[in-house]
Amino acid sequence: MTAALLAPAGVFFLFLLIIPLAVVLVFSFGERAPAGGYAAAFTFDNYLNLPARSKAFINTLTLAPLGTLLTAIIAFPVAYFLAVKVSPRWRVTMLVLIMAPFWTSQLLRYYAWIMLLGAKGIPSWLALIGITDVRLINTPWAVLIGAVYGFLPLMVPPIYVSLEKLDKRLLEASADLGATPVSTFFQITLPLALPGVATGSMLVFILLMGDYILPQYLGGGKVFFIGNALVDLFLQSRNWPFGAAVSVALVLIMLVTIYAYMRFVLSRGDRRRAALV
Amino acid sequence: MRIFIAFIYVFLYAPIALIVGLSFNSGRQAFVWQGFSTEWYGKAFSNPLITEALMTSLMIALSTAFLSAIFGTLLALGLERLKGWLRVLFDILIYTSIMVPGIVIGIATLIAFVSFFDLVNPVLEAAIGWRLQMGAWAVIAAHVLFNIAVVALLVRARLQGMDRSLVEASEDLYATPAGTFVQVVLPLLAPAILAGFLLAFTFSFEDFIIAYFVAGPDVTLPIYVFSSIRRGVTPEINAVGTVVLLSSLLLLIAAQWVLRRGDRTAD
Repeated sequence: MTAALLAPAGVFFLFLLIIPLAVVLVFSFGERAPAGGYAAAFTFDNYLNLPARSKAFINTLTLAPLGTLLTAIIAFPVAYFLAVKVSPRWRVTMLVLIMAPFWTSQLLRYYAWIMLLGAKGIPSWLALIGITDVRLINTPWAVLIGAVYGFLPLMVPPIYVSLEKLDKRLLEASADLGATPVSTFFQITLPLALPGVATGSMLVFILLMGDYILPQYLGGGKVFFIGNALVDLFLQSRNWPFGAAVSVALVLIMLVTIYAYMRFVLSRGDRRRAALV
Repeated sequence: MRIFIAFIYVFLYAPIALIVGLSFNSGRQAFVWQGFSTEWYGKAFSNPLITEALMTSLMIALSTAFLSAIFGTLLALGLERLKGWLRVLFDILIYTSIMVPGIVIGIATLIAFVSFFDLVNPVLEAAIGWRLQMGAWAVIAAHVLFNIAVVALLVRARLQGMDRSLVEASEDLYATPAGTFVQVVLPLLAPAILAGFLLAFTFSFEDFIIAYFVAGPDVTLPIYVFSSIRRGVTPEINAVGTVVLLSSLLLLIAAQWVLRRGDRTAD
Protein backbone atom coordinates (compact mmCIF):
# COMPACT_ATOMS: atom_id res chain seq x y z
CA MET A 1 0.00 0.00 0.00
CA THR A 2 2.68 2.48 1.05
CA ALA A 3 4.76 1.40 -1.93
CA ALA A 4 1.83 2.04 -4.27
CA LEU A 5 1.38 5.53 -2.82
CA LEU A 6 5.05 6.39 -3.30
CA ALA A 7 5.56 4.69 -6.67
CA PRO A 8 4.34 7.46 -9.04
CA ALA A 9 6.39 10.18 -7.34
CA GLY A 10 9.30 7.75 -7.10
CA VAL A 11 9.20 7.19 -10.87
CA PHE A 12 9.37 10.96 -11.47
CA PHE A 13 12.20 11.42 -8.97
CA LEU A 14 14.14 8.58 -10.60
CA PHE A 15 13.67 9.46 -14.28
CA LEU A 16 13.49 13.25 -14.10
CA LEU A 17 15.80 14.06 -11.22
CA ILE A 18 18.25 11.34 -10.21
CA ILE A 19 19.12 9.92 -13.63
CA PRO A 20 19.23 13.29 -15.46
CA LEU A 21 21.42 14.84 -12.75
CA ALA A 22 23.67 11.76 -12.87
CA VAL A 23 23.92 12.17 -16.66
CA VAL A 24 24.92 15.82 -16.18
CA LEU A 25 27.62 14.72 -13.74
CA VAL A 26 28.94 12.06 -16.17
CA PHE A 27 28.85 14.48 -19.11
CA SER A 28 30.81 17.07 -17.15
CA PHE A 29 33.83 14.74 -17.36
CA GLY A 30 33.39 14.14 -21.10
CA GLU A 31 34.51 15.88 -24.28
CA ARG A 32 32.64 17.94 -26.84
CA ALA A 33 31.88 15.85 -29.93
CA PRO A 34 33.17 17.49 -33.14
CA ALA A 35 29.62 18.34 -34.28
CA GLY A 36 28.58 19.43 -30.80
CA GLY A 37 27.02 17.37 -28.04
CA TYR A 38 28.86 14.79 -25.98
CA ALA A 39 31.69 12.31 -26.61
CA ALA A 40 32.68 9.81 -23.94
CA ALA A 41 35.93 10.60 -22.12
CA PHE A 42 37.27 11.11 -18.65
CA THR A 43 38.87 14.49 -18.24
CA PHE A 44 38.85 17.37 -15.79
CA ASP A 45 39.33 19.87 -18.63
CA ASN A 46 35.76 21.19 -18.37
CA TYR A 47 36.24 22.03 -14.73
CA LEU A 48 39.70 23.51 -15.34
CA ASN A 49 38.08 25.56 -18.08
CA LEU A 50 35.47 27.13 -15.76
CA PRO A 51 37.45 30.40 -15.39
CA ALA A 52 36.60 31.04 -19.07
CA ARG A 53 33.09 31.81 -17.82
CA SER A 54 34.22 33.57 -14.64
CA LYS A 55 32.38 36.76 -15.63
CA ALA A 56 29.04 34.94 -15.47
CA PHE A 57 29.93 33.40 -12.10
CA ILE A 58 31.11 36.72 -10.67
CA ASN A 59 27.99 38.57 -11.87
CA THR A 60 25.68 35.89 -10.49
CA LEU A 61 27.52 35.58 -7.20
CA THR A 62 27.49 39.33 -6.57
CA LEU A 63 24.13 40.37 -8.01
CA ALA A 64 22.07 37.41 -6.72
CA PRO A 65 23.00 37.98 -3.03
CA LEU A 66 22.83 41.77 -3.46
CA GLY A 67 19.44 41.53 -5.18
CA THR A 68 18.19 39.23 -2.41
CA LEU A 69 19.42 41.64 0.29
CA LEU A 70 17.92 44.67 -1.44
CA THR A 71 14.59 42.85 -1.90
CA ALA A 72 14.56 41.90 1.80
CA ILE A 73 15.34 45.47 2.88
CA ILE A 74 12.49 46.87 0.78
CA ALA A 75 10.09 44.01 1.59
CA PHE A 76 10.47 44.37 5.35
CA PRO A 77 8.71 47.74 5.79
CA VAL A 78 6.01 46.62 3.34
CA ALA A 79 5.37 43.44 5.34
CA TYR A 80 5.52 45.41 8.60
CA PHE A 81 3.00 47.95 7.32
CA LEU A 82 0.61 45.20 6.16
CA ALA A 83 0.91 43.15 9.35
CA VAL A 84 0.81 45.97 11.90
CA LYS A 85 -0.67 49.15 10.42
CA VAL A 86 -3.34 47.93 7.99
CA SER A 87 -6.77 47.00 9.36
CA PRO A 88 -7.38 43.20 9.33
CA ARG A 89 -10.16 43.67 6.77
CA TRP A 90 -7.78 44.84 4.07
CA ARG A 91 -4.66 42.87 4.98
CA VAL A 92 -5.23 39.79 2.86
CA THR A 93 -6.41 41.78 -0.16
CA MET A 94 -3.36 44.01 -0.02
CA LEU A 95 -1.10 40.98 0.39
CA VAL A 96 -2.67 39.22 -2.60
CA LEU A 97 -2.11 42.39 -4.64
CA ILE A 98 1.58 42.25 -3.72
CA MET A 99 1.82 38.57 -4.72
CA ALA A 100 -0.26 38.71 -7.90
CA PRO A 101 2.33 40.15 -10.33
CA PHE A 102 4.68 37.21 -9.74
CA TRP A 103 2.11 34.89 -11.24
CA THR A 104 1.64 36.82 -14.46
CA SER A 105 3.82 36.72 -17.55
CA GLN A 106 7.37 37.33 -16.40
CA LEU A 107 8.53 37.78 -19.99
CA LEU A 108 6.16 40.64 -20.73
CA ARG A 109 6.67 42.36 -17.39
CA TYR A 110 10.45 42.43 -17.84
CA TYR A 111 9.93 43.51 -21.41
CA ALA A 112 7.92 46.48 -20.12
CA TRP A 113 10.90 47.29 -17.88
CA ILE A 114 13.14 47.49 -20.96
CA MET A 115 10.91 50.39 -22.05
CA LEU A 116 10.81 51.98 -18.61
CA LEU A 117 14.58 51.81 -18.06
CA GLY A 118 15.56 52.50 -21.68
CA ALA A 119 16.71 55.87 -23.01
CA LYS A 120 13.08 56.99 -23.64
CA GLY A 121 11.89 55.91 -20.19
CA ILE A 122 13.01 56.97 -16.73
CA PRO A 123 16.33 58.53 -17.89
CA SER A 124 14.45 60.92 -20.20
CA TRP A 125 12.08 61.91 -17.35
CA LEU A 126 15.07 62.52 -15.10
CA ALA A 127 16.57 64.73 -17.80
CA LEU A 128 13.47 66.94 -17.56
CA ILE A 129 14.36 67.78 -13.97
CA GLY A 130 17.98 68.36 -14.85
CA ILE A 131 19.51 64.98 -14.08
CA THR A 132 21.12 64.02 -17.36
CA ASP A 133 23.33 61.22 -18.59
CA VAL A 134 21.67 58.52 -16.52
CA ARG A 135 22.08 55.10 -18.08
CA LEU A 136 20.06 52.31 -16.55
CA ILE A 137 19.28 49.58 -19.08
CA ASN A 138 22.00 46.95 -19.53
CA THR A 139 23.73 47.94 -16.28
CA PRO A 140 23.96 46.04 -12.98
CA TRP A 141 21.50 48.65 -11.60
CA ALA A 142 18.84 47.55 -14.07
CA VAL A 143 19.32 43.93 -13.00
CA LEU A 144 19.02 44.91 -9.32
CA ILE A 145 15.85 46.95 -9.96
CA GLY A 146 14.49 43.98 -11.88
CA ALA A 147 15.38 41.63 -9.03
CA VAL A 148 13.49 43.73 -6.48
CA TYR A 149 10.58 44.12 -8.88
CA GLY A 150 10.43 40.44 -9.75
CA PHE A 151 10.89 38.96 -6.29
CA LEU A 152 9.25 41.42 -3.88
CA PRO A 153 6.01 39.41 -4.36
CA LEU A 154 7.79 36.32 -2.98
CA MET A 155 9.68 38.07 -0.19
CA VAL A 156 6.81 39.97 1.44
CA PRO A 157 4.48 37.03 2.35
CA PRO A 158 6.86 35.00 4.58
CA ILE A 159 7.99 38.15 6.44
CA TYR A 160 4.35 39.19 6.77
CA VAL A 161 3.46 35.81 8.28
CA SER A 162 6.21 35.98 10.91
CA LEU A 163 5.35 39.60 11.80
CA GLU A 164 1.66 38.85 12.06
CA LYS A 165 2.32 36.12 14.61
CA LEU A 166 4.43 38.54 16.64
CA ASP A 167 2.89 39.25 20.04
CA LYS A 168 2.24 43.02 20.08
CA ARG A 169 2.48 43.03 23.90
CA LEU A 170 6.22 42.41 23.53
CA LEU A 171 6.54 45.75 21.76
CA GLU A 172 4.53 47.51 24.46
CA ALA A 173 6.58 45.86 27.19
CA SER A 174 9.75 46.98 25.49
CA ALA A 175 8.48 50.56 25.25
CA ASP A 176 7.28 50.50 28.88
CA LEU A 177 10.73 49.43 29.98
CA GLY A 178 12.11 52.55 28.34
CA ALA A 179 13.52 51.12 25.12
CA THR A 180 13.68 53.52 22.18
CA PRO A 181 11.70 52.51 19.07
CA VAL A 182 15.01 51.84 17.33
CA SER A 183 16.29 49.43 19.96
CA THR A 184 12.85 47.77 20.21
CA PHE A 185 13.07 47.19 16.47
CA PHE A 186 16.55 45.67 16.58
CA GLN A 187 16.10 43.71 19.79
CA ILE A 188 12.53 42.45 19.41
CA THR A 189 10.88 42.93 16.03
CA LEU A 190 13.78 41.96 13.79
CA PRO A 191 14.93 38.83 15.70
CA LEU A 192 11.35 37.54 15.86
CA ALA A 193 10.81 38.18 12.15
CA LEU A 194 14.08 36.50 11.22
CA PRO A 195 12.57 33.10 10.27
CA GLY A 196 10.33 34.86 7.74
CA VAL A 197 13.21 36.90 6.36
CA ALA A 198 15.28 33.70 6.10
CA THR A 199 12.55 31.78 4.25
CA GLY A 200 11.89 34.63 1.82
CA SER A 201 15.58 35.24 1.19
CA MET A 202 16.16 31.57 0.49
CA LEU A 203 13.35 31.42 -2.06
CA VAL A 204 14.49 34.58 -3.82
CA PHE A 205 18.15 33.59 -3.76
CA ILE A 206 17.41 30.18 -5.32
CA LEU A 207 15.38 31.75 -8.11
CA LEU A 208 17.87 34.56 -8.76
CA MET A 209 20.85 32.20 -8.94
CA GLY A 210 19.26 30.26 -11.79
CA ASP A 211 17.59 33.20 -13.51
CA TYR A 212 17.82 33.69 -17.25
CA ILE A 213 15.11 36.12 -18.38
CA LEU A 214 15.99 38.94 -15.95
CA PRO A 215 19.67 39.26 -16.94
CA GLN A 216 18.79 38.53 -20.57
CA TYR A 217 16.28 41.40 -20.81
CA LEU A 218 17.58 43.99 -18.36
CA GLY A 219 21.28 43.11 -18.59
CA GLY A 220 21.02 42.97 -22.37
CA GLY A 221 23.99 40.65 -22.88
CA LYS A 222 26.28 43.00 -20.96
CA VAL A 223 25.36 41.87 -17.46
CA PHE A 224 24.86 38.14 -17.85
CA PHE A 225 24.33 35.35 -15.32
CA ILE A 226 25.27 31.66 -15.21
CA GLY A 227 21.81 30.98 -16.70
CA ASN A 228 22.73 32.96 -19.82
CA ALA A 229 26.01 31.07 -20.11
CA LEU A 230 24.10 27.78 -19.87
CA VAL A 231 21.63 28.70 -22.62
CA ASP A 232 24.57 29.72 -24.80
CA LEU A 233 26.54 26.53 -24.10
CA PHE A 234 23.63 24.14 -24.63
CA LEU A 235 21.57 25.78 -27.35
CA GLN A 236 24.09 27.84 -29.34
CA SER A 237 27.65 26.53 -29.09
CA ARG A 238 26.41 23.03 -28.19
CA ASN A 239 29.33 22.35 -25.86
CA TRP A 240 27.42 19.95 -23.63
CA PRO A 241 30.29 18.69 -21.43
CA PHE A 242 31.43 22.21 -20.56
CA GLY A 243 27.81 23.26 -19.98
CA ALA A 244 27.39 20.22 -17.72
CA ALA A 245 30.43 21.29 -15.69
CA VAL A 246 28.97 24.80 -15.36
CA SER A 247 25.64 23.27 -14.19
CA VAL A 248 27.41 21.10 -11.61
CA ALA A 249 29.33 24.14 -10.36
CA LEU A 250 26.08 26.14 -10.10
CA VAL A 251 24.30 23.43 -8.12
CA LEU A 252 27.32 22.93 -5.83
CA ILE A 253 27.63 26.66 -5.14
CA MET A 254 23.91 26.79 -4.33
CA LEU A 255 24.06 23.81 -1.99
CA VAL A 256 27.07 25.22 -0.13
CA THR A 257 25.62 28.74 0.21
CA ILE A 258 22.20 27.49 1.27
CA TYR A 259 23.78 25.13 3.81
CA ALA A 260 26.01 27.88 5.21
CA TYR A 261 23.09 30.30 5.31
CA MET A 262 20.84 27.83 7.14
CA ARG A 263 23.58 27.16 9.67
CA PHE A 264 24.01 30.90 10.18
CA VAL A 265 20.28 31.54 10.58
CA LEU A 266 19.72 28.55 12.84
CA SER A 267 22.66 29.44 15.05
CA ARG A 268 21.16 32.87 15.74
CA GLY A 269 19.24 32.99 18.99
CA ASP A 270 15.96 31.16 18.71
CA ARG A 271 16.22 27.65 17.41
CA ARG A 272 13.04 27.84 15.43
CA ARG A 273 13.44 25.90 12.24
CA ALA A 274 13.52 28.10 9.19
CA ALA A 275 11.19 26.06 7.03
CA LEU A 276 12.15 26.21 3.42
CA VAL A 277 8.67 26.52 2.00
CA MET B 1 5.60 55.36 5.35
CA ARG B 2 2.28 55.53 3.49
CA ILE B 3 3.96 57.23 0.55
CA PHE B 4 6.57 54.50 0.44
CA ILE B 5 3.89 51.77 0.43
CA ALA B 6 1.92 53.56 -2.29
CA PHE B 7 5.11 53.84 -4.31
CA ILE B 8 5.70 50.08 -3.97
CA TYR B 9 2.25 49.31 -5.42
CA VAL B 10 2.87 51.73 -8.30
CA PHE B 11 6.27 50.12 -8.84
CA LEU B 12 4.67 46.65 -9.02
CA TYR B 13 1.80 47.62 -11.30
CA ALA B 14 3.30 50.25 -13.62
CA PRO B 15 4.79 47.70 -16.07
CA ILE B 16 1.52 45.75 -16.08
CA ALA B 17 -0.44 48.94 -16.76
CA LEU B 18 1.95 49.72 -19.60
CA ILE B 19 1.27 46.35 -21.26
CA VAL B 20 -2.50 46.63 -20.81
CA GLY B 21 -2.51 50.22 -22.09
CA LEU B 22 -0.41 49.47 -25.16
CA SER B 23 -2.57 46.48 -26.09
CA PHE B 24 -5.20 49.05 -27.13
CA ASN B 25 -2.74 50.90 -29.34
CA SER B 26 -3.84 51.13 -32.98
CA GLY B 27 -0.35 51.51 -34.47
CA ARG B 28 1.85 48.68 -35.70
CA GLN B 29 4.69 49.53 -33.38
CA ALA B 30 4.00 48.14 -29.94
CA PHE B 31 5.50 50.96 -27.94
CA VAL B 32 4.56 54.13 -29.85
CA TRP B 33 1.02 55.34 -29.08
CA GLN B 34 -1.06 56.02 -32.18
CA GLY B 35 -4.64 55.91 -30.97
CA PHE B 36 -7.16 53.66 -29.25
CA SER B 37 -8.22 50.42 -30.89
CA THR B 38 -9.22 46.88 -29.96
CA GLU B 39 -8.25 45.47 -33.35
CA TRP B 40 -5.21 43.64 -31.93
CA TYR B 41 -7.39 41.46 -29.76
CA GLY B 42 -9.17 40.24 -32.88
CA LYS B 43 -5.89 39.80 -34.75
CA ALA B 44 -4.24 37.96 -31.86
CA PHE B 45 -7.02 35.43 -31.52
CA SER B 46 -7.26 34.80 -35.24
CA ASN B 47 -3.51 34.23 -35.53
CA PRO B 48 -3.16 30.43 -35.69
CA LEU B 49 0.39 30.54 -34.30
CA ILE B 50 -0.89 32.27 -31.17
CA THR B 51 -4.01 30.15 -30.68
CA GLU B 52 -1.99 26.97 -31.23
CA ALA B 53 0.65 28.04 -28.69
CA LEU B 54 -2.13 28.96 -26.27
CA MET B 55 -3.77 25.54 -26.68
CA THR B 56 -0.42 23.76 -26.23
CA SER B 57 0.26 25.75 -23.05
CA LEU B 58 -3.23 25.08 -21.68
CA MET B 59 -2.89 21.37 -22.42
CA ILE B 60 0.53 21.21 -20.72
CA ALA B 61 -0.62 23.22 -17.71
CA LEU B 62 -3.82 21.19 -17.20
CA SER B 63 -1.99 17.85 -17.50
CA THR B 64 0.72 19.08 -15.12
CA ALA B 65 -1.85 20.28 -12.60
CA PHE B 66 -3.84 17.03 -12.63
CA LEU B 67 -0.83 14.73 -12.46
CA SER B 68 0.95 16.78 -9.79
CA ALA B 69 -2.17 17.07 -7.64
CA ILE B 70 -2.76 13.31 -7.74
CA PHE B 71 0.84 12.11 -7.41
CA GLY B 72 1.77 14.80 -4.88
CA THR B 73 -1.17 13.87 -2.66
CA LEU B 74 -0.31 10.17 -2.90
CA LEU B 75 3.29 11.04 -1.99
CA ALA B 76 2.20 13.02 1.08
CA LEU B 77 -0.07 10.16 2.20
CA GLY B 78 2.70 7.61 1.63
CA LEU B 79 5.26 9.68 3.53
CA GLU B 80 2.96 9.65 6.56
CA ARG B 81 3.35 5.88 6.80
CA LEU B 82 7.04 5.93 6.13
CA LYS B 83 9.80 5.84 8.74
CA GLY B 84 13.58 5.64 8.77
CA TRP B 85 16.02 6.16 5.93
CA LEU B 86 13.45 5.87 3.15
CA ARG B 87 11.57 8.83 4.57
CA VAL B 88 14.79 10.84 4.78
CA LEU B 89 15.54 9.90 1.18
CA PHE B 90 12.13 11.11 -0.04
CA ASP B 91 12.48 14.31 1.98
CA ILE B 92 15.83 14.96 0.32
CA LEU B 93 14.31 14.28 -3.11
CA ILE B 94 11.40 16.66 -2.45
CA TYR B 95 13.67 19.49 -1.36
CA THR B 96 16.16 18.80 -4.16
CA SER B 97 13.41 19.05 -6.81
CA ILE B 98 12.49 22.45 -5.41
CA MET B 99 16.03 23.70 -4.89
CA VAL B 100 17.70 22.73 -8.17
CA PRO B 101 17.15 25.68 -10.54
CA GLY B 102 14.61 25.15 -13.33
CA ILE B 103 17.28 25.80 -15.92
CA VAL B 104 19.37 22.88 -14.61
CA ILE B 105 16.30 20.60 -14.58
CA GLY B 106 15.65 21.63 -18.18
CA ILE B 107 19.24 20.94 -19.22
CA ALA B 108 19.48 17.65 -17.34
CA THR B 109 16.19 16.40 -18.80
CA LEU B 110 17.25 17.46 -22.30
CA ILE B 111 20.64 15.77 -22.34
CA ALA B 112 19.51 12.62 -20.54
CA PHE B 113 16.51 12.08 -22.82
CA VAL B 114 18.27 13.02 -26.05
CA SER B 115 21.15 10.65 -25.24
CA PHE B 116 18.64 7.89 -24.55
CA PHE B 117 16.78 8.61 -27.80
CA ASP B 118 20.05 8.49 -29.75
CA LEU B 119 20.55 4.97 -28.39
CA VAL B 120 17.09 3.57 -29.08
CA ASN B 121 15.95 5.52 -32.14
CA PRO B 122 17.96 3.52 -34.72
CA VAL B 123 16.40 0.32 -33.38
CA LEU B 124 12.91 1.80 -33.16
CA GLU B 125 13.11 3.21 -36.66
CA ALA B 126 14.22 -0.09 -38.13
CA ALA B 127 11.55 -2.01 -36.23
CA ILE B 128 8.44 0.19 -36.39
CA GLY B 129 9.53 3.19 -38.50
CA TRP B 130 8.92 5.65 -35.68
CA ARG B 131 11.26 7.68 -33.49
CA LEU B 132 11.13 9.24 -30.06
CA GLN B 133 11.67 12.98 -29.74
CA MET B 134 11.34 15.80 -27.23
CA GLY B 135 8.02 17.62 -27.10
CA ALA B 136 5.13 18.80 -24.96
CA TRP B 137 5.13 15.50 -23.07
CA ALA B 138 8.69 16.18 -21.82
CA VAL B 139 7.61 19.64 -20.66
CA ILE B 140 4.76 18.04 -18.69
CA ALA B 141 7.11 15.46 -17.16
CA ALA B 142 9.64 18.09 -16.04
CA HIS B 143 6.90 20.37 -14.66
CA VAL B 144 5.26 17.49 -12.78
CA LEU B 145 8.57 16.73 -11.02
CA PHE B 146 8.72 20.19 -9.45
CA ASN B 147 5.01 20.41 -8.67
CA ILE B 148 4.75 16.95 -7.08
CA ALA B 149 7.14 18.33 -4.48
CA VAL B 150 5.09 21.52 -4.02
CA VAL B 151 1.77 19.65 -3.69
CA ALA B 152 3.32 17.09 -1.32
CA LEU B 153 4.56 19.86 0.99
CA LEU B 154 1.16 21.62 0.98
CA VAL B 155 -0.80 18.41 1.60
CA ARG B 156 1.64 17.23 4.25
CA ALA B 157 1.31 20.50 6.16
CA ARG B 158 -2.46 20.02 6.13
CA LEU B 159 -2.19 16.35 7.18
CA GLN B 160 -0.06 17.35 10.14
CA GLY B 161 -2.61 19.94 11.21
CA MET B 162 -5.45 17.43 10.86
CA ASP B 163 -7.40 16.25 13.88
CA ARG B 164 -6.51 12.54 14.33
CA SER B 165 -9.61 11.92 16.41
CA LEU B 166 -11.77 12.36 13.31
CA VAL B 167 -10.12 9.35 11.68
CA GLU B 168 -10.38 7.35 14.89
CA ALA B 169 -14.05 8.26 15.28
CA SER B 170 -14.69 7.13 11.71
CA GLU B 171 -12.94 3.82 12.40
CA ASP B 172 -14.85 3.34 15.65
CA LEU B 173 -18.06 3.78 13.72
CA TYR B 174 -17.03 0.82 11.52
CA ALA B 175 -16.16 2.78 8.39
CA THR B 176 -13.89 0.81 6.05
CA PRO B 177 -10.41 2.35 5.53
CA ALA B 178 -11.54 3.37 2.04
CA GLY B 179 -14.72 4.89 3.44
CA THR B 180 -12.76 6.84 6.04
CA PHE B 181 -10.42 8.11 3.37
CA VAL B 182 -13.12 9.24 0.95
CA GLN B 183 -15.53 10.65 3.55
CA VAL B 184 -13.16 12.07 6.17
CA VAL B 185 -9.56 12.51 5.02
CA LEU B 186 -10.09 13.62 1.43
CA PRO B 187 -12.55 16.45 2.21
CA LEU B 188 -10.13 17.76 4.84
CA LEU B 189 -7.23 17.69 2.38
CA ALA B 190 -9.23 19.14 -0.51
CA PRO B 191 -8.27 22.81 0.00
CA ALA B 192 -4.54 21.98 0.03
CA ILE B 193 -4.90 19.73 -3.03
CA LEU B 194 -6.88 22.37 -4.91
CA ALA B 195 -4.40 25.11 -3.97
CA GLY B 196 -1.58 22.83 -5.17
CA PHE B 197 -3.49 22.18 -8.40
CA LEU B 198 -3.84 25.92 -9.07
CA LEU B 199 -0.19 26.64 -8.18
CA ALA B 200 0.95 23.83 -10.48
CA PHE B 201 -1.27 25.11 -13.29
CA THR B 202 0.05 28.66 -12.99
CA PHE B 203 3.68 27.56 -12.66
CA SER B 204 3.38 25.35 -15.73
CA PHE B 205 1.51 27.93 -17.79
CA GLU B 206 4.08 30.62 -16.98
CA ASP B 207 7.27 28.58 -17.29
CA PHE B 208 9.60 29.57 -20.08
CA ILE B 209 13.05 28.21 -19.29
CA ILE B 210 12.28 24.49 -18.80
CA ALA B 211 10.04 24.42 -21.89
CA TYR B 212 12.72 26.28 -23.88
CA PHE B 213 15.04 23.31 -23.37
CA VAL B 214 12.73 20.32 -23.60
CA ALA B 215 9.76 21.33 -25.81
CA GLY B 216 11.46 20.16 -29.01
CA PRO B 217 9.36 21.27 -31.99
CA ASP B 218 6.34 22.20 -29.83
CA VAL B 219 5.72 25.88 -29.12
CA THR B 220 4.24 27.00 -25.81
CA LEU B 221 2.85 30.50 -25.28
CA PRO B 222 5.90 31.75 -23.30
CA ILE B 223 8.18 30.38 -26.03
CA TYR B 224 6.08 32.21 -28.65
CA VAL B 225 6.17 35.42 -26.61
CA PHE B 226 9.94 35.10 -26.17
CA SER B 227 10.59 34.66 -29.88
CA SER B 228 8.23 37.48 -30.84
CA ILE B 229 9.91 39.81 -28.34
CA ARG B 230 13.15 38.94 -30.08
CA ARG B 231 11.64 39.89 -33.45
CA GLY B 232 10.12 43.09 -32.08
CA VAL B 233 6.84 43.16 -30.22
CA THR B 234 3.53 44.03 -31.86
CA PRO B 235 0.43 45.09 -29.91
CA GLU B 236 -0.80 41.56 -30.71
CA ILE B 237 1.49 40.18 -28.02
CA ASN B 238 0.40 42.89 -25.59
CA ALA B 239 -3.21 41.87 -26.23
CA VAL B 240 -2.47 38.19 -25.54
CA GLY B 241 -0.46 39.25 -22.51
CA THR B 242 -3.38 41.28 -21.17
CA VAL B 243 -5.80 38.38 -21.53
CA VAL B 244 -3.34 35.94 -19.93
CA LEU B 245 -2.58 38.42 -17.17
CA LEU B 246 -6.22 38.92 -16.25
CA SER B 247 -6.82 35.16 -16.28
CA SER B 248 -3.84 34.55 -13.98
CA LEU B 249 -5.09 37.25 -11.62
CA LEU B 250 -8.50 35.56 -11.50
CA LEU B 251 -6.90 32.16 -10.87
CA LEU B 252 -4.78 33.57 -8.07
CA ILE B 253 -7.78 35.17 -6.41
CA ALA B 254 -9.63 31.86 -6.77
CA ALA B 255 -6.71 30.01 -5.11
CA GLN B 256 -6.66 32.53 -2.29
CA TRP B 257 -10.40 32.21 -1.81
CA VAL B 258 -10.22 28.40 -1.71
CA LEU B 259 -7.38 28.44 0.83
CA ARG B 260 -9.17 30.91 3.12
CA ARG B 261 -12.42 28.99 2.97
CA GLY B 262 -10.51 25.82 3.79
CA ASP B 263 -8.93 27.48 6.82
CA ARG B 264 -12.31 28.53 8.07
CA THR B 265 -13.80 25.03 7.77
CA ALA B 266 -10.71 23.66 9.53
CA ASP B 267 -11.44 25.92 12.51
